[in-house]
Amino acid sequence: MAQKPIRFTHNGAERAVFVEEGANLLDVLRRGVGDLTPKYGCGQGTCGACTVIVDGAPRLSCLTLAETVDGGRVDTVAGLAEGNRLSALQEAFMSHFAAQCGYCTDGMLMSATALLKDNPRPTREEVVEAISGNLCRCTGYEAIIEAILTAAGSGGARRAG
Amino acid sequence: MAIEFRKDLFADERDDDLNEIGKPTQRQDMLGHVTGRSPFYDDHLFDGLCHIRCARSPHHHARIRRVDTSAAERMPGVRRVITARDVPHNLNTLLSLLDFGLDDEELIASERVAYKGEPVAAVIADTERQAREACRAVRVDWEALPHVLDVEEAIKPGAPAVNPAYPGNLFVYHGKYDHQKLRYGDVEAALRTADHVVTGRYQMSPIEQAPIETCGAIAAPETNDRFVCYTSTQALFFSLGTAVKLLDVSSARLHFIGGTVGGGFGGKVDSLHEPMAILGTMLTGRPCKYMFDREEEMQVGAPRGAERWYLTDGVMNDGRIVARKFVGYFDAGATTRLSSYAIIKGVGHLPGPYTIPNVYADVYCVFTNRTPATAMRGFGVTGVDFAIESHMDEVADTIGMDPIELRILNAYRDGDMKAHRRLAKNTALVECCQVAAGKAGWGLSQAARAASSLTGGGGARAELPAFTATDEHGRVAGFSSGSYAQGGRPAEPTGRGDPRPAPGSAPRPEPRHEPPRHEPPRHEPSRTPEPRREPAYAGAPPRPEPPSPAPPAPGEPPRRAPTRFSSISGLRRR
Repeated sequence: MAQKPIRFTHNGAERAVFVEEGANLLDVLRRGVGDLTPKYGCGQGTCGACTVIVDGAPRLSCLTLAETVDGGRVDTVAGLAEGNRLSALQEAFMSHFAAQCGYCTDGMLMSATALLKDNPRPTREEVVEAISGNLCRCTGYEAIIEAILTAAGSGGARRAG
Repeated sequence: MAIEFRKDLFADERDDDLNEIGKPTQRQDMLGHVTGRSPFYDDHLFDGLCHIRCARSPHHHARIRRVDTSAAERMPGVRRVITARDVPHNLNTLLSLLDFGLDDEELIASERVAYKGEPVAAVIADTERQAREACRAVRVDWEALPHVLDVEEAIKPGAPAVNPAYPGNLFVYHGKYDHQKLRYGDVEAALRTADHVVTGRYQMSPIEQAPIETCGAIAAPETNDRFVCYTSTQALFFSLGTAVKLLDVSSARLHFIGGTVGGGFGGKVDSLHEPMAILGTMLTGRPCKYMFDREEEMQVGAPRGAERWYLTDGVMNDGRIVARKFVGYFDAGATTRLSSYAIIKGVGHLPGPYTIPNVYADVYCVFTNRTPATAMRGFGVTGVDFAIESHMDEVADTIGMDPIELRILNAYRDGDMKAHRRLAKNTALVECCQVAAGKAGWGLSQAARAASSLTGGGGARAELPAFTATDEHGRVAGFSSGSYAQGGRPAEPTGRGDPRPAPGSAPRPEPRHEPPRHEPPRHEPSRTPEPRREPAYAGAPPRPEPPSPAPPAPGEPPRRAPTRFSSISGLRRR
């Protein structure tokens, strides 16, 4: 099968990988780049576990053709912390018990990160809307919503870890 | 949302001097979760990873006349196609690890399929897409058989036989009865004297656990002739034991790594991904991944089973329930999995948290041509609780009583004898009702407000019934309680219903003579008969019957126990 080289910025670092025609970004990130933070949950764009940020906007990596990010920027949970310093969202998820099994958490964090970048002071309704494409079977969402609102209130403060 | 603790209730029963319980504690895995570093099974990368996909039955019930894998084997990237004959010991039931029930499920169907989606072949290929495409090239000559999808239809004479291990479509309890019994007092006599008899029928649908991480496992060759297996299982030692049995290998050769589960909710208790992935690795020498996609998770992944309950209550004009009768049908689907156990648990729970002097239950574990059912979040209890609490409302409506007052009146109190012949301890239904009514602004009578779980119980209510009506209804012969205890093959059942020969009641597929790992990686599947070898477990010495869940001797005085909590015995109070 034909392979095609693509280049993109991944969490600030330059990457060049060969991708199969038709390969999705989720597989390329996980198997090609070795970034295991986006998760496979459905392969159909319904669960949100594979959410990453492409050129500043949240995208479902399982439905994104890898070729389309050529020359672009891809950000994932692997790039949220700076060394041992967690992002405000990661801190808030920890302190609010906003993860149980942890499988949806990466997608949740990416949807929330994209939200707060564009809208640093979202209302509760805007938070709910922003994560409406991310399914969680454990928490019942309340803790996640509270965590995102708390992170927004903290103005992006970071804690030394 | 803040949690409200009502520590004023039963305050003298707690010292509240615990160091950890009741205090917020960070999860030890939380840092891994928020940094994406938690090691789920699929987060282990292997060079040359192969992908396993299954060709599945499009029929609810069919005989397999022939499986032709030759076209699939020639497809690009295909390393091997596995069929039933490649599975060393292709018959198991999950609870055989406790010797509870007969082996009744194949890893890959050999001669017949009994539910839609049952695997009939497994393709191992270099990429997932190649495996999918090769699955479509597996040719199966099906002979569709009549199927049955309803529990009560399945136990009528002449219904299609679903599972060869249980020709009557009913699991056999303790080798004796085609249902699980509860007999306590004399329900029929009490119903005759009751002021009202209230009947109801309740139906629960299957529920898929739907974890965000689909079920799966990755196996790879390890040093010292071992295999490592990363798995999403919720029950590592169930999975290990199942793999050992199906693959006929020593557990010392299997290195299982689990513990990070992307949501389970019961659906990952009895997964069959580990043996399939390990078998793929044995046959190809390659790391192999077998993972449900979302469609398989929903269609083939074992759900909480459907349940149907018939309830008959005898109730007096003053609201006292004097008799409660249950007839229940659990839809196990095509194989037993954990449905047999769900019923044991459910029957121990009857008649719900109420003190009723006459209780009767016949609960059937029924095989149908639906997806095998398994564990999910309180399974065995949640379904019948829905029926019981719905029925309480019906009873209240019938006699014109407030539904919460009816519950408080009939609630079990400390010291009451329960239908499974243990004294009730630590009861709290009265207080639950009072708090719930208060929260809802629901007015209660002075008597209901004054009621307490600590008073009014015991005494005559601690006595066992003077007479319990028993019967041999549903007695079967020729069964043993488990496959290890059984020795040979099960005999035809007698008694209830017509014993029906099972269509396609296949003898066990013959195990491979040589361990498959000794074969070259691109071995062509053999189609010649191989020498019969007794399955490893058939020759095991007979084991003693497992202790039956029979209740302790009637009249046994309640034990005084030290202060401790047990979810089984319910000991909490001194």
